[in-house]
Amino acid sequence: MRALVFPAALLVALELWARTTGQGSDAIAPPSAAVLAFGGALMDGSLLEATAFTLGSAALGLLIGALGGLLLGTLLGLSRRAGQWGYLSVEVARPIPSVALIPLAMLVFGFGLRMEVSVVAFACLWPMLVLTQAAVLQVEPRLLEVARALQLSPLQRFAWIVGPAIVPRLFVALRLGVAIALVVAVTVEIAANPHGMGYAMMIAQQSLDPALMLAWLAWIGVVGYAINVGALALQRWVARRMGEQTA
Amino acid sequence: MTPAADTVLHFDQVAITLGGRQILSPVDLSIRRGEFVCVIGPSGCGKTTLLRAAAGFVAPSGGSVQRQGKAITGPSREVAFVFQDYGRALLPWRTVQANVSLALEAAQVPAAERPGRIARVLQTVGLGAHADKFPAQLSGGMQQRVQIARCLAQQPDVMLMDEPFGALDAMTRETLQDELARLVREEGLTVMFVTHDLEEALYLGDRVIALRSNPTAALPSLAALIEVPLPQPRDQLSTKEHPEFLRLRRELYHYLGH
Repeated sequence: MRALVFPAALLVALELWARTTGQGSDAIAPPSAAVLAFGGALMDGSLLEATAFTLGSAALGLLIGALGGLLLGTLLGLSRRAGQWGYLSVEVARPIPSVALIPLAMLVFGFGLRMEVSVVAFACLWPMLVLTQAAVLQVEPRLLEVARALQLSPLQRFAWIVGPAIVPRLFVALRLGVAIALVVAVTVEIAANPHGMGYAMMIAQQSLDPALMLAWLAWIGVVGYAINVGALALQRWVARRMGEQTA
Repeated sequence: MTPAADTVLHFDQVAITLGGRQILSPVDLSIRRGEFVCVIGPSGCGKTTLLRAAAGFVAPSGGSVQRQGKAITGPSREVAFVFQDYGRALLPWRTVQANVSLALEAAQVPAAERPGRIARVLQTVGLGAHADKFPAQLSGGMQQRVQIARCLAQQPDVMLMDEPFGALDAMTRETLQDELARLVREEGLTVMFVTHDLEEALYLGDRVIALRSNPTAALPSLAALIEVPLPQPRDQLSTKEHPEFLRLRRELYHYLGH
């Protein structure tokens, strides 16, 4: 409850300011007006549609990027040779800002879902790859010796030992990926793709409707918070199922 | 030297050099079926290395280790290895019974047979009531019992134990020594047991071998090999007061680097 005091005070101050000195501002609208604009967007269906598009592309992009990163990271972690060969490629490709890929993605896919998903997937691939590789390299060596003593096949070793052992670290990577996916999806929409929450916010800005723009901004924040809470709950649930090795 | 017919493990001139340093000069040793052999020696004398060679974790630089007459080339499920750091050798995300199950899954025991066999070994090590707990919920002594149960589930030819009780408190250690001695008697296990605790070696072993560090041609790794003619079953009080126990303790004392 106490955590709500500060944002509430901020909202009241903003409301007062917007209604007195800031009247007629093209940048700031009173929160009450933003709430009304939010209600309007909710009623005409644009809110749901844009949210579904952004979350859909973020989720799909995250899924593709995370799976790719998991696969490559495991390979690079398990095989010393693959790690050496892949090192340079990874280090060169990783620092490319994902939004710098928008022009290329637009040429290849045009506007729409696929273009956005591809950029999100690229952005999520690298942290997932690097963190997976690190997690595989840090699997308790004693457990790998147990695997040797029991003559486990490479597949069994992965499914029974390495895979479960890296799960806690994968969740850290996954939560990072969730945040990146949402940021990149909204960025792509603001910069190029005429769909989703980012685009809706841009339109509101360009039609000099600060109330609606702020409504979108606040909504994106709420959605991001909800997703993070959900990911955390999933992480805790898995941790309990696995003997609570992560706090 | 040709090993006798009931030899399970045979070290034939086994020498090991690691990183340019000679850890073990040629060691000859035969372990018979049902025998309990303890290996003692100061830190760094290569006793763990000798055990790891028997497990197939390290290849000898000279000579060979043979199991049932065949040279060991790598790890085998017929050989169970009990690590000292039980906390790291168990899968923390698996329950006690699932940890034991790992050995059965590895050996491709049909799923229908597993619960019965798991229950039996857990009963044997006194963990019947803790099958559904995770390792982190158990004390150190109980975790080590889980590891021993997993090794028993393998139904191994020979059990290699690397200071399995070294990290436990004195009371728990004595309890586990007695349990292991009973297990070995009842199941007819063959055990090679590394320890730096001389009393533990004499209490458990049918034979004790002492290794010395920095072996040379004149002073080889194998410093002493003695039979322990103490009556079975042994007892923490009377065995450790037995005149023969005290005599052997005195005889071997300086091999621990004192």
